[in-house]
Parts: sequence; structure tokens; C-alpha cells
Amino acid sequence: MSDNLTAPEQKHAEATPAAERRTLLEVKGLTMHFPIYGGFPFKRKVGAVQAVDNVDLTVAEGEALGVVGESGCGKSTTGRLITRLMEPTAGTITYRGQDITHASRRQLSPIRSEIQMIFQDPYSSLNPRQTVGTIIKSPMEVNGIEPAGGRTKRVKELLELVGLNPEHYNRFPHEFSGGQRQRIGVARALALNPKLIVADEPVSALDVSIQAQVVNLLKKVQDELGIAFVFIAHDLAIVRHFSQRVAVMYLGKVVEVGDRDDIYNRPRHPYTHALLSAVPEVEIEDAEPRERIRLYGDVPSPVNPPSGCRFRTRCWKAQDKCATEEPPLVQISGNRDGHLTACHFPEEPTTQARGEDVVLDPALQALEAEHAESAESAVSDKD
Amino acid sequence: MTEDVPRTTGSDAFLSVRDLRVRFSTEDGIVKAVDGLSFDVERGKTLGIVGESGSGKSVTNLTVLGLHNPDTSTIEGSINLDGQELLTASERELQKLRGNKMAMIFQDPLTAMSPYYTVGRQLSEPYMKHRGASKKEAKDRAVQMLEKVGIPQPKLRFDDYPHQFSGGMRQRAMIAMALMCDPELLIADEPTTALDVTVQAQILDLLKDLQQEFGSAIIFITHDLGVIANMADDIMVMYGGRAMERGTVREVLHTPRHPYTWGLLSSMPRLDSDVDIALEPIPGTPPSLLNPPTGCRFSPRCVFKDQVAGDLCTTVTPELGEGRDTACHLTSAQKQSIFIDKIQPRLR
Amino acid sequence: MFKFILRRSMGAVITLFLIGTVTFFLFLSGPSDYASLACGKDCSPARIESIRHAMGLDLPLFQQWWDFMSGIVMGRDFPTGHCSAPCLGVSYSSNELVWDTVVDRMPLTLSLTVGGLVVFLFIGLAAGMIAAYKKGTAVDKFATGASTVLSSFQIYLLGPLALLLFVWSTGWFENPKYYPFLENPFLWLAGLWIPILVMSTIFTAQYTRMARSELVQQLQEEHVRTARAKGMSKKYVFFRYAWRGSLIPILTVIGIDISSLLSGGVVTELTFSLHGLGRLAVDGATTKDLPLTMGVMLVSAFFILICNMVTDILYAYVDPRIRLS
Repeated sequence: MSDNLTAPEQKHAEATPAAERRTLLEVKGLTMHFPIYGGFPFKRKVGAVQAVDNVDLTVAEGEALGVVGESGCGKSTTGRLITRLMEPTAGTITYRGQDITHASRRQLSPIRSEIQMIFQDPYSSLNPRQTVGTIIKSPMEVNGIEPAGGRTKRVKELLELVGLNPEHYNRFPHEFSGGQRQRIGVARALALNPKLIVADEPVSALDVSIQAQVVNLLKKVQDELGIAFVFIAHDLAIVRHFSQRVAVMYLGKVVEVGDRDDIYNRPRHPYTHALLSAVPEVEIEDAEPRERIRLYGDVPSPVNPPSGCRFRTRCWKAQDKCATEEPPLVQISGNRDGHLTACHFPEEPTTQARGEDVVLDPALQALEAEHAESAESAVSDKD
Repeated sequence: MTEDVPRTTGSDAFLSVRDLRVRFSTEDGIVKAVDGLSFDVERGKTLGIVGESGSGKSVTNLTVLGLHNPDTSTIEGSINLDGQELLTASERELQKLRGNKMAMIFQDPLTAMSPYYTVGRQLSEPYMKHRGASKKEAKDRAVQMLEKVGIPQPKLRFDDYPHQFSGGMRQRAMIAMALMCDPELLIADEPTTALDVTVQAQILDLLKDLQQEFGSAIIFITHDLGVIANMADDIMVMYGGRAMERGTVREVLHTPRHPYTWGLLSSMPRLDSDVDIALEPIPGTPPSLLNPPTGCRFSPRCVFKDQVAGDLCTTVTPELGEGRDTACHLTSAQKQSIFIDKIQPRLR
Repeated sequence: MFKFILRRSMGAVITLFLIGTVTFFLFLSGPSDYASLACGKDCSPARIESIRHAMGLDLPLFQQWWDFMSGIVMGRDFPTGHCSAPCLGVSYSSNELVWDTVVDRMPLTLSLTVGGLVVFLFIGLAAGMIAAYKKGTAVDKFATGASTVLSSFQIYLLGPLALLLFVWSTGWFENPKYYPFLENPFLWLAGLWIPILVMSTIFTAQYTRMARSELVQQLQEEHVRTARAKGMSKKYVFFRYAWRGSLIPILTVIGIDISSLLSGGVVTELTFSLHGLGRLAVDGATTKDLPLTMGVMLVSAFFILICNMVTDILYAYVDPRIRLS
């Protein structure tokens, strides 16, 4: 589907490298602990889900920052904190030099229009009783914005922008397919000319053939309207395709952050290695063999995260130091500028196959040892 | 072409499905969920069925197990498992096969296991029923299987409930349950879709290693081409209740010959693809199974249909032959040249 | 589990305390002068004053409240004599101890409630199960249709109808009457079967429909499908997997319905001229008999809380996710 993007009132992103662009959003020490209540006989706070813990991130103007990680890593919570749908337990969020961490509703209102969110589920994030026109118009109404030519004209422009027929203005969400509904969500986010869009798993509810339509639309929005993105997803290939910089999160912490190439081709953190190695791929025929790392078990609970490095309980390189000392997120030796890794014992910066696979799963170890043995005995039988 | 290697015919196959048609009557009309599907699965081999939602891939496999409500569905065709016709088999005969000769692994282990009974009990049931085993024997077997799939402290975990397991461990328990009676056919319906990527990798490898040990034939259903590339020997691509393309993994993924397969591969970014090449989505949306398009099911979304003479694509439904084949009206030469000129450069 | 029961019991005690306090103050803050009511017409002010003193109404409000609440736990002394715990005071209209009156009337109301519960659970759930098992057949359609019709049959309509049919016009049976269950269960049943059946009709119909729809829904659950995919028989899956899952929502509704069964008892008792707690509550309210009304309320609340607790415990028994959380 061809998406004709025309938005004359928007400035195009300047063609400057990411490093020289101005910082749009800066997050420092961002922490979100959800209290857990329980106990006897009277309920009291007995613990906390440490969903996000001391996270630092920056987003430059017009830049797409990808945030990847598995369930419970805190990526969605981070997104909600940035858009101030929630107030963080600690830390600061600075938007264009203004601290918005604890800003009141009134203080936030001018900024709300500049930071928009796109949600995962295009079915539940649109009010089924409102027409598409009303849905897209409502952010303008709430913020009292009257674009030139009127709101209705603007809505029609937006519909065209996201590849929908402007005549469908009066239709209801259920008359659209999943991919089209996500386009409506994008149009709503664009209604106020935002500078930053936080997209939380925007394509994971869609079929493969539809995902690409929405990814392409978002990419055009980013390139041509110069909107910065925080692109949160669990699909590493889609994040790589979309983002200039990528942050890898694990159990509420950023474990590694850097340019796309740094993360995908020169990862240092063992978790980034494990994550990349776990992605099932259709490989091209003459592809270099990739390393094989198989962790064991699931991510531990964020209620009682491991001490020190949170990944150490599943890490093959973990030593005593990892349990006692939390590794700082820094540019370790061998990393390029802007590539930060939180690890005491980093890996080699490559994703190529190693001499021996890293298999931590005891069931896999046992089965594979068995198979190797029987293969060996089959060979020796022939001899 | 090199892919025309002679292969086993349907009669040798362990599972042989011929011209399967499954229809459901709903309030809105008749849903043609599967419409003329034929395929074979050989012993010890894995057939991967790829398709998006509504392609009929899950319906097909519930039909093999005979789990559709006969009151609301009509099923035609033939499903032959190891010489036994399943579509005409009685419920009692099917019960003897389910969980025994053929077993299933479902997508979401949290909803697919009963929250009210212990994991151990749910594992023991099929073994006691099919093998006439005592409670003690079933427990021994279950503990052994739990250990095999990598559940720590299987004797203790035997008495736990599914909600006390983590997501990955639950799916391991589900696999152990399916393997209790040494099934000869294992159907895995999106078994890793609900799991995190590092857990998915563990489970996929586990399934592969276990297949080597148990020698089961596997039907692996997924929407993820990457997963299928790692798991399957043969691939069948489904769309709108019909098979579009079939062949070995290499054939289908490296020299695909069907516009839908091309579309899937070009719309999906890879970890090593060139980020400057835009994804090429398949235009439009999946078809309605209430009123499927006439002719080729994929024709309304096909960008190459104007290369076919006349209105063949919208009037005549292309058939999928035996073995390596595509259900498409383009000529072999056209498919070859389109692939080499337009598709292959994108997949580099 | 022990902790769970203990916590629930403590909650129940607090709830009872609050109910007692709130009703106490609601009644006393009303405009009625209970002493002059008790004295009757043509009463001298001096006599009213002496009654007021005898009833303790001249004491400070807080003192009255404290006497009442502590009397429940420890008993209390009235000018007329000692009232042992649990003391709910003396009825203004009959001058009898409220507790004795309540104990006297309780067996009838309990008989109706428990009898009704047993009937509608047994018939309703069984009918719902059969309908769900034979979904789409004539049996299912009959059960669904019958329950739709019956669920609109109110007690005050069905009651006189039943009396007319079985008692007044035919003379087959006696007027409903209470016989103590422990003395003669057969006589008890013979005396109460008509009101019990009438009272439970609506509930039976509702539980038929609910059990059916819950089971039909459960049969589509994925874990039920898994059990079938393991080769378990349809019957086994129905009774072990689907039934177990539908118990939770049914239990929830039973917990709520027990209180409406108690209030339904009022209508039943009035319809069949039976003298139970419901009748007592109505009498107390119409004669502004404060201790009597409060006594009935507290006892009813006590039963409802006990039933809710039992429901919660059953809940935990049925669903390990609740038990082990």
C-alpha cells in the first residue's frame, strides 16, 4: 500500500548524524516499584514489583530508539512512564530541558500533545462507540487546537496520510481490519503534530503480512515528519529494522544500549548474545553460522530480583563478583562511542558461531550428549 | 528443475490427508475453514504448516484429532493414519488413538492445562487410560518424562498445579504430557508463540532433540517462518483454507515459487537484512472465509496476477499437485524469472 | 488455610459489630419515643418516665449502646431479671427476651432456607448439567424453555396456586405447618414440602440456566479440549474438567443467593401463614420494637456471614489457585 505522506506544516528532520542532534527526551535513574500488599491480620506493603529500576535513556530529536527485552523486563512500564501515564517512584524525566517527572495535569497539558502513544492492541485502544473521525478529532478537542481549515479537514488529511480512505471518516472501528485499526491509532497519535511517539508493541498483534504495512507507515512518519520514536517491541528483527539506536532491557534494567550495529553485530552483554542467538531465522543460503546459546528456564520474578547483576542467575560467565557488585552501564573497553554495556565479564563483540555451543539447559545437554554418543558408536561400528 | 526429486507417494505416508474440506455453520453463514487440502507426513519427519490467522492451519489439525463438534461442522475427504481412516472412525476408536498414537501440544500452556488438577495427575491420565497402568506406574512414567523435558525436581513438581510453574516450564510439562504414551504422530500448534524468545529457543531445540529420540512424525503449525525454518523438514504454506505451496524447507524458503510465499518473505525483516531496503508488505487483508474469493484465494492481494492471461486467477482455482508444487497459474518460467529478478535481490 | 479462616472470622466479627452499631444508632436517632409507644394510649407522663427509666432510655446514648453490645457477649441485668448471653434485650411489645423468641422461630426459617437450598441446588444443577451435556437436543430445549417460564413465577403467585391445588380444593394435604425436624422428619417434610418447593422454584429455574451456560462455556475452554486430545472420554471430560470449572461462578452466586433466600423467606412465611424469623422481622418493624428488629437483623446477618465464609472456603477447596496464592 503506498502511503503518500504530505505534511507541509511539519519541518523535516535535519540530515545530521544522531550524535549531533539535540536531545529531546532524557531519562535519569527512572524507577518504578509497584507495591504488593498482603500480610496478616491487616494488609500492609510487603514488597514491590521492581518493574523499572534506575534506567537511563536519551532520545534525540527525530531519532528512533528501540527498546527490546522479554516479558517482565520493564519495557512497557518505561514507555508508560515516559508518556507520564504513570508517575515514577524515583528518577527524572526531562523533555526539551523541562523536568516533567512530577508535573501536574495542567503543567503537562502543553507537553501531552507533543508526546503521543501508540498501543499494542488496535481492538481495545479504540472506543467502539465512536466514529473514526471522532476518535482522531478528540485529541484536538481536548487540547483546544483548531488547525487551519478546521478539525474535520485535518482528520481527513490524517486519514489519507496513514493510507486510509478519507471518506471512511464516519465509520466505526469494527468496520476496519486489524491493520487498518492500527493505522487509525497512528492517525490519532499524529493529530497534534507530536515530536515524540512512544509505540508499545505496535505490530505484535497483527498478522505477518500486515505488520510490514504498519512498520513501513511508522518508518515514513519518522523519516518524513521528523518525529522521534521510542519503539518498544519483543521482535528483535523488527526493532533492528526500525531503530537507529537500541536499548536491551532485562528485569527492569538497561543492560546494553548503543547504535543498531553495535547491538546487533558487536554485542558485549551475554544477555544480548543469548537474545540474538535465540531468534529463529530464515537464513540466506550462504549465511555465516550464528552462535548457539541456550539459556535455562524463565526470567526470574521482578519481586525478588537477583542481587548484583540481575542476569547472573542465567549467565554462563557469572562469578562471585556478579552477585555482590552491580555492573554499571558504561562504555567498556573495545566499545565504540555511545555503546554502553553493564557487565563485569563481557563477551567478544561478534555473533558468529563459537567453537562450542553454550547450552545451559540440562534437558538439552542430556539429550544432545546421548545423541552424540549414539552417533559416535554408529561411526565406530562402521569402522 | 532440481526440486523435482522423486519422493514417497501418499500410500507410504504415515498420515495422509486427501481433499479435506471443513465447514462450520455459523449465524452469519457457512465458514469454509479448510477447502480441499491434501498432504502427507512421513514417520520421523516434521511437516511445518505456515499460515496467518484464518488460513485453516489449526482447524486442519483439530480435524485430524477429530475434535470438532459434529453438530456444527461438516467434514469431507479422507484422513488416513497408518492405514486407518479417521473420518469414518467411531468416537470410541478415536479416543483410543488420541493421546496415544497421536498427541497434541497447544499454544498457551496456561489455558491448555486445567488449573484444578495437579500437573502430575494430568500427565498420568492418558497413561493410565491407554496403557492400563496403575497410579504408581503412571507416576513413575510421568516423573521420568518431566525429568526428560528438563523440569527440576520432577518428583516434587509432580504434585504442583500448573499455575505454580513458570511459562516455559509449563510448556515443557505440556510436551511431557503429549509424550507420555510414545505417540507416533505429534501435532504442535504454535507451541512457542506465547513464550519469550530465549525460552522459545529452549523449547524448539528440546522438541527437535526429543523427536530424534522418540522418532515421532511431527506436524508443526506456526505463523513464524523463522521457527519453521529451524524445525521442519517439509513446509506447506496455507492461505484462506487452501495450500499455496509445498516442498522441503530449502525449496520453499530458498527458492519459493508462490507469490504469497514471496510476500511473506519480503514483508519480514531478518537480523541480517539490509535495513535500507523497505519491507514489501502484502497489500490488502486476509480473505473472509464466509465469502472466499473465487478462483485463487490469494488473487485479490496478488501483485503478479496481471501476468496471467485472461481472468484465470479469478475464475479457476489452481490445484496443488503431489510433492514439490505451487498452486498458482503463473508458468514455471514466469515464477523462475520473477523470483530471480524481483524477489531474490530483496532477500539478500 | 487456618490463617485464611481466622482472617475471615475476624472480618465477620467486625462486620457484625458494625451492623449492630449502625442499626442501633439508626433506630435511636428516629423520631419515635419508644417509652410512650410501649406505654400505650392514655398514659401519664410519670408512667412514661418510669417506663423510660426501666427500659434504660434515659441513659446517655453511648451508655445504651455499650449496654446493648456488651449484653450480646456477656449478658446483662434488667430490672425484670437477668438476661444471659447472648442477650439481645427484651422485646418492647411482648416483654419476652428477644433471644428466646428468635430461638423459638429460627428452626422454621432454617428449615425453609436449607430445604430450599437443597432442592434448588439438586434439581437446578442436575437439570443444567443434563441440558449442557445434551446441548442442542430436545431435552436441552425443554429444560431451557421450562426454566425461562418458571423463573418468572413469583412466590406470592405460585404459593396460593399450590395451596388451592393441593390443600383447599382437593384436601389432599394439610395446611403447611412446622414440626420439629429432629422429632419426626417425615412429619416435618409433610408439613413443609409445599412452601419449600414453591420458594425454590424460581431459584431452580435460575440455577438450571446458569449451570447450563457455565458448562457450555467451560466445554469450550482450552483445557477441556486438551483433556479430549489426551483421549479421555466425553463423559469423563464433562464431569472432571468442565464441571469443576463451572463450580466457581456457581459458588459465587450461591453465596449471594443465600441472603435473598432469607428475605424470600419473609414472603413465603406470610404466604403460608408460617411463623418464622421473617415474620418476626416484619412484626418488629411495624410495631417499632427496637430490640426485636435488631435481634432478628443481627441473627440473619450472622447466618449470611457464616454462609459467605463457607462459600469462600469451598472456593479455596475447588480452586487451587486461590488456595495456594
